[in-house]
Amino acid sequence: MTSNYNFAFLDENTKRMLRRALLKAVAIPGYQVPFGSREMPLPYGWGTGGIQLTAALLGPDDVLKVIDQGADDTTNAVNIRRFFARVAGVATTERTIEASVIQTRHRIPETPLREDQILVFQVPEPEPLRTLEPREAETRTLHALADYGLMHVKLYEDIAQYGHIATSYDYPVLVDGRFLTSPSPIPKFDNPKLDHSPALMLFGAGREKRLYAIPPYTRVESLAFEDHPFEIQRWEHQCELCGADESYLDEVVVDDLGSRMFVCSDTDYCGQRRAEQAA
Amino acid sequence: MSALLQVRGLSHNYGQRIGCQDVSFDLHPGELLCIVGESGSGKSTLLKTAAAQLTASSGSVRYHQRDGAWLDLDELSEADRRRLAREEWGFVTQNPRDGLRLNVSAGANVAERLMALGMRNYGQLREIARGWLERVEIDPSRIDDPPTAFSGGMQQRLQIARTLVTQPRLVFMDEPTAGLDVSVQARILDLLRRLVNELGLAAVMVTHDLAVARLLAARTMVMQGGRVVETGLTDQILDDPQHPYTQLLVSSVLTT
Amino acid sequence: MYVAVKGGEQAITRSLQLLAEARRGDLATPELTLDQIRQQLRLGVARVMQEGSLYDEELAAMAIRQAAGDMLEAIFLLRAYRTTLRRFGYTQPLDTNAMRVHRRVSGTFKDVPGGQVLGPTYDYTQRLLEFESAATSEPVEAAEPLPDAMPRVLDLLDAEALIERIDAGTDPEPADLTREPLMFPADRATRLQNLARGDEGFLLGMAYSTQRGYAETHPFAGEIRMGEVDVLICPEELGFTIEIGSITLTECQMINQFHGGNGLPPQFTRGYGLCMGEGERKAMSMALVDRTLRCDELGEPSYAPAQNHEFVLSHSDSVEASGFVQHLKLPHYVDFQAELSLLRTLSAQHAQRARDEEVTTQETSS
Repeated sequence: MTSNYNFAFLDENTKRMLRRALLKAVAIPGYQVPFGSREMPLPYGWGTGGIQLTAALLGPDDVLKVIDQGADDTTNAVNIRRFFARVAGVATTERTIEASVIQTRHRIPETPLREDQILVFQVPEPEPLRTLEPREAETRTLHALADYGLMHVKLYEDIAQYGHIATSYDYPVLVDGRFLTSPSPIPKFDNPKLDHSPALMLFGAGREKRLYAIPPYTRVESLAFEDHPFEIQRWEHQCELCGADESYLDEVVVDDLGSRMFVCSDTDYCGQRRAEQAA
Repeated sequence: MSALLQVRGLSHNYGQRIGCQDVSFDLHPGELLCIVGESGSGKSTLLKTAAAQLTASSGSVRYHQRDGAWLDLDELSEADRRRLAREEWGFVTQNPRDGLRLNVSAGANVAERLMALGMRNYGQLREIARGWLERVEIDPSRIDDPPTAFSGGMQQRLQIARTLVTQPRLVFMDEPTAGLDVSVQARILDLLRRLVNELGLAAVMVTHDLAVARLLAARTMVMQGGRVVETGLTDQILDDPQHPYTQLLVSSVLTT
Repeated sequence: MYVAVKGGEQAITRSLQLLAEARRGDLATPELTLDQIRQQLRLGVARVMQEGSLYDEELAAMAIRQAAGDMLEAIFLLRAYRTTLRRFGYTQPLDTNAMRVHRRVSGTFKDVPGGQVLGPTYDYTQRLLEFESAATSEPVEAAEPLPDAMPRVLDLLDAEALIERIDAGTDPEPADLTREPLMFPADRATRLQNLARGDEGFLLGMAYSTQRGYAETHPFAGEIRMGEVDVLICPEELGFTIEIGSITLTECQMINQFHGGNGLPPQFTRGYGLCMGEGERKAMSMALVDRTLRCDELGEPSYAPAQNHEFVLSHSDSVEASGFVQHLKLPHYVDFQAELSLLRTLSAQHAQRARDEEVTTQETSS
């Protein structure tokens, strides 16, 4: 642990500011709380929001897991885990069930989470309406008035053009029947895991200086039409390593001829299944 | 019958310059009122101020809500203003491109206000959108075409469908036919007259064209230099104008 | 048998070693000293301090060396260090009237009290590459000593009431952008803070666009001055002001034509630019953009990118922009997979439709 820096890098005043903002976020599920995002020793867009939240949450007894694309071994996940091992000296793990705090980019673990776990999402763009309305002052007003017709225009247009809703990730959700919220760029496959999750879900967007929360057991509804209900991705394949047929699969190109194989994106889940099969 | 909109002593100034000055009128349910005048006479400013798109410098606008309550627009919160604009009012702009979403299909344009009111059945939205396209004489098979593929007249008819689909009680129209060819204008005016009658709409329409007022409006207000110079039944104003400016307007129409 | 890629940790370690090697270059060549960078690359040091929002020449020099001369990376390094520093107070407002001037020019009057002072500028070099190393010249003696403080050019117009007055007394306490998020609408003090940290290249482009018809502001360079200004603080426990040092600043005041509007009489208006160290291009760009962003307040029609508060302020920061553009390097396997399966569905639908249409055509033609 590097002693030139405060525990978990941020000074205690900054952590207090973050915790207050987090409490506000939990009190107003799905509402984007502006916060005094700090410059972190990680580029903006690489998880600066997530690591500030994690830094504010971590205590010496916490066990941290970091995943990117579902995997513990992708370079950015390794780098963030190394960062906290260095500045906080906390225990780290690759096992979902062992972790008390899980920082993630783009996935929710396949293993069901518990009440005593917190999932921290890295969020590049917290505003689900941004691509439809670039002005921040206007999108904040739309949220204040719960005026979400615009989002439905987009979904309508998808069905009119493609026959179904053509949003495959960062699929918008309505949290607790009130705030339209970005679940971060997780595949829509993961959206059902947000609904009534026993674990607290926190979202940090460092560059955009916003954080928000989905408290445990909160209703999270993926937007849809009555006659075009929300559906998740399905594969014709099973994981070629562990045989799972209910997990999100990565497609891997294995040779110059373009041969493909499908494997679990959640490396811990896949590894555990294989270990059980071997035993 | 009680009025729907009550305007009293309404003014809007642009800095030192007068937009409209001390205007009062009542609008009743089902009534179409035309405001005529040359460009720069303050008629569009009056329309936007009455519709709470511009803030009044002085005077008041009161609106009789569907639930019977009177609303003072001056005291309206932004939330209430938007709710009114979404649920009870409509606004048709002179340039249809200002009132349409150009990057989504005609169907989405018509369905948007319905979705904002909470309708979540795609099939039903399509059905209503098709019905409205037909009503404004656009081939329903073009429901998935973008407005940019439409002619100016079609775009204006689409904007009318988009505005009227939620059956608003009060519609503001700012020179809806000004940018169009004469033959296209006639068709739209005819359409508007039919829809206003069918739906029992109340409307305030701004126009520089007295012929439009004669065709559509029972009552007309004439503006010059930001003030109302004459107001009354349209036929009366056209046949027997009292104010010299109105006389000039009427004679210039008759001689051309 | 496929094995999921492992070894991210080792890859990072090896990459860091390669980086260190590439940065150092040939070991036979001596490493740059911080003094060399501070003294011989002083304008680079100034830029890193400006956009890194930290006045420390030594740390800026260190950042430039560590970043192998990549200015944006050096700025990022300094910002990441700055964020860990404790904030023990705010200075009194800097008084640029009392600047000990090294350079001062005005484009509006031929001569001004205190005179035009060129100082060290690249303006009149002939941009010929000097193949010999820079001659070590004797110190330059001033023909006559410069006065301790020079009156501001814009005050001359102020006396005639031809230029807008800005009353510092009514200025609200500014928000601290490094502690609070940028919110819209942003007041002028907040906008200026944002621009002062903003990327020089971005501001230059924005400023240039206003000169080419995207929001004309009819600017004149009222005054540009560069020199040292004392930094004062008033610690609560002392209750009086003490000087803690001096820093070099470049200040630019633009004078802009204004025909009146929004209840204001015709008068000249001001655009303001300020940056730490020598940074004339930055200060001038900032002043042009500042004035352009005042369009709403002055009732000017707003249509150009440089007039759009959200557009300019949300995209001016190089650390934010550079991070987000480059985050595309990170894995997006999961989202890409989702898009891939969506595209396969769409493409299958398309092919099916084409086949159906073909069948229908054949049926009708037969």
